[in-house]
Amino acid sequence: MKHRAAVLGTGQTHHRSKRTDVSIAGLCREAADRALADAGVAIGEIDAVVVGKAPDLFEGVMMPELYLADALGAVGKPMLRVHTAGSVGGATGIVAASLIQAGVHRRVLAVAFEKQSESNAMWALSISPPFSMPVLAGAGGYFAPHIRSYIRRSGAPQHIGAMVAAKDRRNGARNQYAHLKQADKTVEEVLASPMLWDPVRYDETCPSSDGACAVVLGDQAAAEASAGPVAWIRATAMRTEPTMFSGKDHVNPRAGADAAAALWTAAGITSPIDQVDAAEIYVPFSWFEPMWLENLGFASPGEGWRLTESGATEIGGQIPVNPSGGVLSTNPIGASGLLRFAESAMQVTGKAGEHQVPGARTALGHAYGGGSQYFSMWVVADTPD
Amino acid sequence: MTDVAVIGFAQAPNERHSPATTNGVEMLVPIFHEVFEATGLSKSDIGFWCSGSSDYLAGRAFSFVSAVDAIGAFPPVMESHVEMDGAWALYEAWLKILTGEAEIALAYGFGKSSAGLLRRVLALQLDPYLVAPLWPDSVSIAALQARLGLDAGLWTEADLAAVAARSLSDASRNPKALPVKAPASGFDETTTEMLSHPYIADPLRAHDCAPVTDGAAVVILAAGDRARALCERPAWITGFEHRIDSASLGARDLTGSPSAASAGRAAGASRAQVAELHAPFTHQELILRRELELGEDVRISPSGGALGGNPMFAAGLARIGSAATEIMSGRAEVALGHATGGPALQQNLVCVMESSGRTA
Repeated sequence: MKHRAAVLGTGQTHHRSKRTDVSIAGLCREAADRALADAGVAIGEIDAVVVGKAPDLFEGVMMPELYLADALGAVGKPMLRVHTAGSVGGATGIVAASLIQAGVHRRVLAVAFEKQSESNAMWALSISPPFSMPVLAGAGGYFAPHIRSYIRRSGAPQHIGAMVAAKDRRNGARNQYAHLKQADKTVEEVLASPMLWDPVRYDETCPSSDGACAVVLGDQAAAEASAGPVAWIRATAMRTEPTMFSGKDHVNPRAGADAAAALWTAAGITSPIDQVDAAEIYVPFSWFEPMWLENLGFASPGEGWRLTESGATEIGGQIPVNPSGGVLSTNPIGASGLLRFAESAMQVTGKAGEHQVPGARTALGHAYGGGSQYFSMWVVADTPD
Repeated sequence: MTDVAVIGFAQAPNERHSPATTNGVEMLVPIFHEVFEATGLSKSDIGFWCSGSSDYLAGRAFSFVSAVDAIGAFPPVMESHVEMDGAWALYEAWLKILTGEAEIALAYGFGKSSAGLLRRVLALQLDPYLVAPLWPDSVSIAALQARLGLDAGLWTEADLAAVAARSLSDASRNPKALPVKAPASGFDETTTEMLSHPYIADPLRAHDCAPVTDGAAVVILAAGDRARALCERPAWITGFEHRIDSASLGARDLTGSPSAASAGRAAGASRAQVAELHAPFTHQELILRRELELGEDVRISPSGGALGGNPMFAAGLARIGSAATEIMSGRAEVALGHATGGPALQQNLVCVMESSGRTA
């Protein structure tokens, strides 16, 4: 039997290129303290801690959760460490939810982070192990051909990516914690920025951020005892497929489509675009907004760019995407997925401040990782069912 | 709460230097085949997959991503990964069955410990600002722990040698353990001779330290009636708990393990008739036996334990699988599998399994 679970509170750090003012532990504690305060829960009331982050090589610390046990109040408690590539932040939220849905714990703290300034992510991604295709110059070079394929298949006009980038940067300016705040960013400026990996321009890529995100989850009793509004977890879904295989569709991966289908079914959603009020989708390169809108079922294949072009993904549009500014404004890799999940909870609890989608009651949090092969997502709402 | 049982276990042969790549695929494919053949299951029966491994051990980012190739994960699967021993992957798999999202779940762990200099690699698990820069290696930290116990009168070097002699004797009868050359005089008479061997990290000798080992392990869990249909004697999980201690080596009494004691009490460890302990060093077995309140009559690590092979990130899962095998084979009614992670027994997991289930 699945027990009900809810987000009691969320917290995140101020994100910057280099948070030299804090250690890894200080960074994580900054997010955890905000989440605990938001939830009105004392650290001693937490039953278990789940830590997520992307590869350990990004900081040069092997299994840093061992060292973080003290800073996160986990000593004497269960602690789990999740790593599912770029989707890890989402997976961290889902594992934490499972601890409650399984009936094992009442209150769980999930923390995800990346402190990219402590090591060199490009180095960590560029190791060439035997029998594996090298990623070469990081993730942008890996994903650019998939984007070109999307443009060819869909016939999308060239400026769609720039529209996404300008919108997300403007949204980021409304988010007090965002790394990049570019309130006046225009499509023309994005199109004038240097080409990095055709068709991805400099302004269409995510930054490298130091940052952390935390959420406090609780069972039904904890949720009902909460003084503030909570976000009920209606459904979660995870799917994985291999990086490379004959028949792999990098533009519209089946693992993502399967996860979305399972998610909507479990959440009782039959028409996502009509029933979801806000979506926090993992968009590290601008063109992934229309690609994932299709993969998630918000639009038919080849039609996602029309939503972007029409303004439907703006705050105030039919399906606001990344009102927080998304990954394009803030990317502490391991935390980026949990930020999507936390921001979705902030929307349905009315706590999103300047980037609040008015009246949002049902929201999606989404993350993906690896070679478009790991997908994790959840739906949260302002009522339990 | 749903009844969940271990119904299948397989492990790769423990090897000192596997020719396999560090992503585990070559070690995993044969044992997936073995466990599916034994249970009559196929990959399409698995509702949830979860793995445990370490990128630092593999010397690359995202090593577990390649390991997914061992599954043949298309159509896509529900899957997750922990950067921990596979025993914690099994814990996550157990959760997924309890939520009702899966009826059958598979956990695996893999590690090619020989790919780097293991004791140096493990130094990177320490506080990255204040401790790791000094490069205290894992064997030296264990030696400090052993020395504290000697000085406190908790054990003698002969006690440690006796643990090693028993473990190696058992390992010599385990076809999956590293090959052990039996002494001419037999294992029981050798502790005096063993004490004449040189220290490698005072007071630890080579026989006190688990050998650097490559390997992999897989365990399958099933819920209620599915377990009964798939296995004659399922190993029902009646207690599954884990805890972590402070990372600050100077802030805790290294001669004990509060996390093991707490997990053991919560899981019902003291009822076990047989316990497979993940003790990479001989003195750690003695700590665990005390903290888990295992009596003199409890059989300890009949597989030979970690001294018979300690494939990082798989050895803890293999302990649980070996303990479950004691139930499934009818040799025990209550069995305990234990896993550890981090320096000096920092993190511990206890899984208690019984032949008759929780409700009986």
